[in-house]
Amino acid sequence: MKNNKSNKISGAEAVIRCLLAEGVDLIYGYPGGAIMPIYDELYKFQDTLQHVLTRHEQGAAHAAQGYARTSGKVGVAMATSGPGATNLVTGIADAQIDSTPMVCITGQVASHLLGSDAFQETDIIGISTPVTKWNYQITRANEIPEILAKAFYIAKSGRPGPVLIDITKDAQFEEFIFNYEYCIGIRSYNPVIDVDMNSLKNAAEIINNSNKPMIVWGQGIILGHAEDEFKQFVDISGIPAVWTILGLSALPTSHPLNKGMVGMHGNYGPNILTNECDVLIAIGMRFDDRVTGNLETYAKQAKVIHFEIDPAEINKNVFADIPILGNCKDSLTKIIPLIKKRKHDSWINRFDSLMEIEEKEVIKSDLYPTKEGLTMGESIKTINNYTNGDAVIVTDVGQHQMVACRYASFIKSKSNITSGGLGTMGFALPAAIGAKMGAPDREVIAIIGDGGYQMTIQELGTIFQTKTAVKIVVLNNDFLGMVRQWQQMFFDKRYASTEMVNPDFVTIAKGYFIDAERVTKRNQLDKAVSRMLSTDKPYFLEICVEKEDNVFPMIPTGASVSDIRLS
Amino acid sequence: MNLKETYTISIYSENNVGLLNRISAIFLKRHINIESFSTSLSEIENVFRFIIVVNIDPNKIKKIILQIEKQVDVIKAFYHTDEETIFQESALYKVKSSSLFEERHIQNVIKKSHANIVTVSPEYFVIEKTGFRHETEELRKNLVEYGLLQFVRSGRISVTKSKMKISELLNTFNKNK
Repeated sequence: MKNNKSNKISGAEAVIRCLLAEGVDLIYGYPGGAIMPIYDELYKFQDTLQHVLTRHEQGAAHAAQGYARTSGKVGVAMATSGPGATNLVTGIADAQIDSTPMVCITGQVASHLLGSDAFQETDIIGISTPVTKWNYQITRANEIPEILAKAFYIAKSGRPGPVLIDITKDAQFEEFIFNYEYCIGIRSYNPVIDVDMNSLKNAAEIINNSNKPMIVWGQGIILGHAEDEFKQFVDISGIPAVWTILGLSALPTSHPLNKGMVGMHGNYGPNILTNECDVLIAIGMRFDDRVTGNLETYAKQAKVIHFEIDPAEINKNVFADIPILGNCKDSLTKIIPLIKKRKHDSWINRFDSLMEIEEKEVIKSDLYPTKEGLTMGESIKTINNYTNGDAVIVTDVGQHQMVACRYASFIKSKSNITSGGLGTMGFALPAAIGAKMGAPDREVIAIIGDGGYQMTIQELGTIFQTKTAVKIVVLNNDFLGMVRQWQQMFFDKRYASTEMVNPDFVTIAKGYFIDAERVTKRNQLDKAVSRMLSTDKPYFLEICVEKEDNVFPMIPTGASVSDIRLS
Repeated sequence: MNLKETYTISIYSENNVGLLNRISAIFLKRHINIESFSTSLSEIENVFRFIIVVNIDPNKIKKIILQIEKQVDVIKAFYHTDEETIFQESALYKVKSSSLFEERHIQNVIKKSHANIVTVSPEYFVIEKTGFRHETEELRKNLVEYGLLQFVRSGRISVTKSKMKISELLNTFNKNK
């Protein structure tokens, strides 16, 4: 009965059925004219597919990112045409540079109006092209199943990324016979290259014969679900391992071979020893400039072994003596039997003695300050005391982010959610909503600066409406602290537009019926954090910190990693 | 700074709306000017081919190719130097007909250049010339004095001396599927 009208469904219903077929049970979005047919179907399917109404489409995109990062599933965001679609773009760009699997669905004006400058028409395909892994405009309902199947396949396979599907309003209304088939491959797209055993053997030989090897790991470990294999590799090889900001939490903080962070505000030892190691084993990371500093003087003495899923990352910034293409779960599994059990005691001592210097020069005054004002570091330390590392920490961008990543402790993977590559202020609050929904049994704490908080502060409304129990900590120094730090160091203290006259954040939170308090003194901090973490409701805590503290260590722009400064 | 070289980039791809935009965006993002760009069907049914000419640092070209190949709808991308390809451009010249009859010298110019006359009308005639850039350019310079009404030159089209093995690649995909 192929042509029986009862077998036909609308394009809008097909979208919902595709999402359900892909295992989606939660989406973030904001309705509007050109996507109303899909929202009408969402109404009918509300028992099986939850829609979270954010207060801005950017919030929907970041929430979908947060959800993807804690759940490991594809995040879905939805918006109408025109401004709805353009408001998603920052989140899409963020997901692209941080390899977050996300599918965005946007409504579009009816196909006969395309190009007529219709109401809320914008060329979102053109706008989103440079910041999506793939995008496509659907103008006929019968394209929906195949294209959405492709969208999910592309978003999550290989190096993950965002996909945008734009659907004209007439395609949403049009009826057709629905049939869904999962995408299992695309002939022009090879997401994962098979691991080459010869390269692995060469790599293993170099690793086994090395005297001062160092591992730098990134988010690839987490995206590749390779945490167990990675830990085995570290344990057997006995090689000190350091992380990029997005790799954080893939190996527990307390692991004896976890030697800290590399990069601009990373730890002293890992940066200095990058230029002393004889073998640099990079796993699932892409040598971002914030990691490498000046490339001309980056690890020139070392043989570089680069485990990477994306061929375009090989030799992009740092030459790889041995590139190992493929999924790192696969390549690590295969290299482990080739690795000799080693200990690198004297080499590891180098990390530890440099850490002693950093502790004396930087960490002591960050975590155990003797001055009156509160520090960001002691705020994070106090949170650690209550979470014992078992919380998801969502950070925004700036000083608080660097401090949180330096000092927060982690015992589980997928626990550090931050905007790394794009550096998107305003990321944390909406991302925390998604992070909590992606990991509802875990404590989710958003740590945000007073600047970034006000970029997406309206998402307090989403938290209130959905009763999502995120804990919000604003580290308030009444400044755009990181920019102010640069102005102090490199622009003779000309504080151009970095001082913020802030509102009463506690009153604002209370306006959204969120319990809230403010801490200004050291003796209030511990109890306030305890109160925040003992409730199962959303909570807002403002910690007023020292106004003009700086984040150290620091590698100034253009300097070598080994020229890292402690003050 | 390295000296720039001319490279011909060949891309085999699906024929999807927007792919042209996606590929040109890779150059835009890196502030690289495209010298010429042409697209057509390839030797394989339903597979498109782009030919792009750029002048860039030799150390950048490989990275660009990897960025192009990374695009989902791109099957394979290559780059070649001029020595590795056979390439041509086409040019059309529209000239006043009066000069053809009044200036005998123009007939020698056309004959010497091995150009073809495509059409002749009482007002104008159109010449076509396919060849290397310096050949089409020489003809253009020679025709200017006779009243060149219009001139247009295509982007470079090229084939490689070596095999591309795209069918083999697609067959492997079909087998694995």
